[in-house]
Amino acid sequence: MADPSAESAETGNSEAIAEAFADGPAYIPYLAVGDPDYDSSKAYVEALDRGGADVIELGLPFSEPIAEGSTIQGALVRALDAGMTPDRFFAFAEEVDVEAPLVCMTYYNLIYQYGSESGPRPFVERAAAAGIEGLVVPDLPAEEADPLREACDEFGLDLVFIVAPTTVGDRLDRIMSRVSGYVYVQARLGTTGARSDVSDQTTQSLDRLREYDVPKAVGFGISAGEHAERIVAGGADGIIVGSALVDIVAEGVENDLSTAEVADRLEALSRELKAGAERGYDARAETAESR
Amino acid sequence: MSETDTRTTDETERARRPGRERGRDDGKFGRYGGQYVPEALMPAIEELTDAYERYVLGNEDGFMDEFRERLADFGGRPTPLQRADRLSERYDTDVFLKREDLVHGGAHKLNNALGQVLLAKYMGKERIVAETGAGQHGTATAMAAAHLDMPCEIYMGERDINRQRPNVFRMKLNGAEVNPVTAGRGTLKEAISETMRDWATTVENTHYVIGSIVGPHPFPVMVRDFQAVISEEAREQAIEKTGGLPTDVVACAGGGSNTMGAFADFVDDEAVALHAVEAGGSTLEVDEEAGVAPNSASLCAGDEGVLHGARTKLLQDSDGQIMESHSISSGLDYAGVGPELAYLVDEGRVSPVAVDDDAALEGFHRLSRTEGIIPALETAHAFGFLEEHHEELGERVVVNVSGRGDKDLDAAIEETDKRDIDEAPDMSMFTGGI
Repeated sequence: MADPSAESAETGNSEAIAEAFADGPAYIPYLAVGDPDYDSSKAYVEALDRGGADVIELGLPFSEPIAEGSTIQGALVRALDAGMTPDRFFAFAEEVDVEAPLVCMTYYNLIYQYGSESGPRPFVERAAAAGIEGLVVPDLPAEEADPLREACDEFGLDLVFIVAPTTVGDRLDRIMSRVSGYVYVQARLGTTGARSDVSDQTTQSLDRLREYDVPKAVGFGISAGEHAERIVAGGADGIIVGSALVDIVAEGVENDLSTAEVADRLEALSRELKAGAERGYDARAETAESR
Repeated sequence: MSETDTRTTDETERARRPGRERGRDDGKFGRYGGQYVPEALMPAIEELTDAYERYVLGNEDGFMDEFRERLADFGGRPTPLQRADRLSERYDTDVFLKREDLVHGGAHKLNNALGQVLLAKYMGKERIVAETGAGQHGTATAMAAAHLDMPCEIYMGERDINRQRPNVFRMKLNGAEVNPVTAGRGTLKEAISETMRDWATTVENTHYVIGSIVGPHPFPVMVRDFQAVISEEAREQAIEKTGGLPTDVVACAGGGSNTMGAFADFVDDEAVALHAVEAGGSTLEVDEEAGVAPNSASLCAGDEGVLHGARTKLLQDSDGQIMESHSISSGLDYAGVGPELAYLVDEGRVSPVAVDDDAALEGFHRLSRTEGIIPALETAHAFGFLEEHHEELGERVVVNVSGRGDKDLDAAIEETDKRDIDEAPDMSMFTGGI
């Protein structure tokens, strides 16, 4: 196994994202911006930061999120119903008080439509101005991504791609030649959603990706510290957690909890996940040393 | 090939007909089309593309021969091209009806559903999923799946389930499971999203039978090829009956499968005008604030964007959020349209026209009363167009009767009740449904 600290981050545009992976595993939480409303959402994202986030993925809600399971779909609907728009999203990114670099996760139509000129450039320019360091676009395959890749390079953003357990051969090469910042390793088939098990597919995906010199962050289904530990011990450079955090926000809505209460829970789960990831990293470093 | 010598029994040659080349290489129609899907679906889409090329284009293992045979024996093809005597007289032009309402199940939908379920079988898949709006594609898929002994699950918006209860029962009679979709407004676009989610989890043993010429490549070309039998027959029948090509072909357009099916083999006949009739709903104006377009006219009123795997024309707000569409006919109620139609409209080859709910309902009553054919409310839009635009048409018009109206009787009674329509019977005794 390679020494985890030897990961190169030279492939990226964003220094902040490269630093997030530089000395230790990256904990990357996701929340839908504006869920359930603008102000609460800001408090929640700041709680993730206090809980140890190294990068924060902010979901910009789209009306047809075909890659999401019911948990995140529900969050996106709540955020849209509360009036979230791309412009309010950028205002949020500017106002939110966090240290971790921000990555925007959204669907291609919103990127394509933004601004007066057609194509992805105006969105990326605005995102850069708002302090966004990277983008993840689940419905944009590598084959269609060149205009967005160019705009990201122009404005210094990273473009993160998702690889699935079924991504192999030429497709994997095509994706890995366009990715920067980190690669989002989808732990199993299907849509997003918290699960209790860690799939064998994750290990196989990490094995396939070993030769590529870009940080590997595993997402889909991570909900507890011990999952985080196992995944990082198994070779991941970072963990992405969405549905387990969104579930806390949803419970807050259902049970009418105060914003502070929900924020505390988000911070606590974040600490647990981050600690788990660090335990996994230490275990991995020990294994490497003993060789 | 001369105009009168278009018959061929060689399926591979049939597949190479000139009008059907567009989009086959790379899934692009000009700047429309493509494969905008989550990475987890890409291998399934590549596998499907390979199967499409081998079985549909290459007739491997005699796939197309079996498809044609089953379309004839199970589906009842070919359907007639019938002269509509009263309408011909009314508009002082020869009006011919392509009777897709006579296909088994009552609509053109079986052409595609049977093709895809059979293809899934050739691919070794064990399970079928499909979305449905009005329920026509769902019932066609359920019939085809029962016919070919494949387990089948249908996703249908909750609101559509309430609008189309008889179709839900038909699907269940054929052994399909019907899964209600509660997200959003609970109509076709939510059902498509939900079916894609199912497929993303089950790609290894499941085929997604998409219901129109929408979605990522190869769906738009594959569905068009299965539906192209409509224009293939209509072209031969028109030549046989009238000695020449029609001057105009008219078809309603939602996602656009009956439309492209009716147009495919005429696209290269430049003298034949092609009219895509969209659902104009109550108005083409949109309510940006509420995110509602009270129509489904994405060709007439939409802008370029990306939805459900393809770049096409969409009803969307200025941010790019997809609008809630509306039509009196749930089968046309969709915010997007097939990328090939978007392209042909931009090229000037297909003329898009919107017909509103009122004119469609009048068309429904006119065809029922004067020709003895109760059309689907979708189809009725084509007859609304005929009434409004007959003076602009040539001397031989083919209208695609995409489906029959039995499924729409409750909606027709309710909508007729709200209006004052000359040709409508007195429905007051039926208020509240039949």
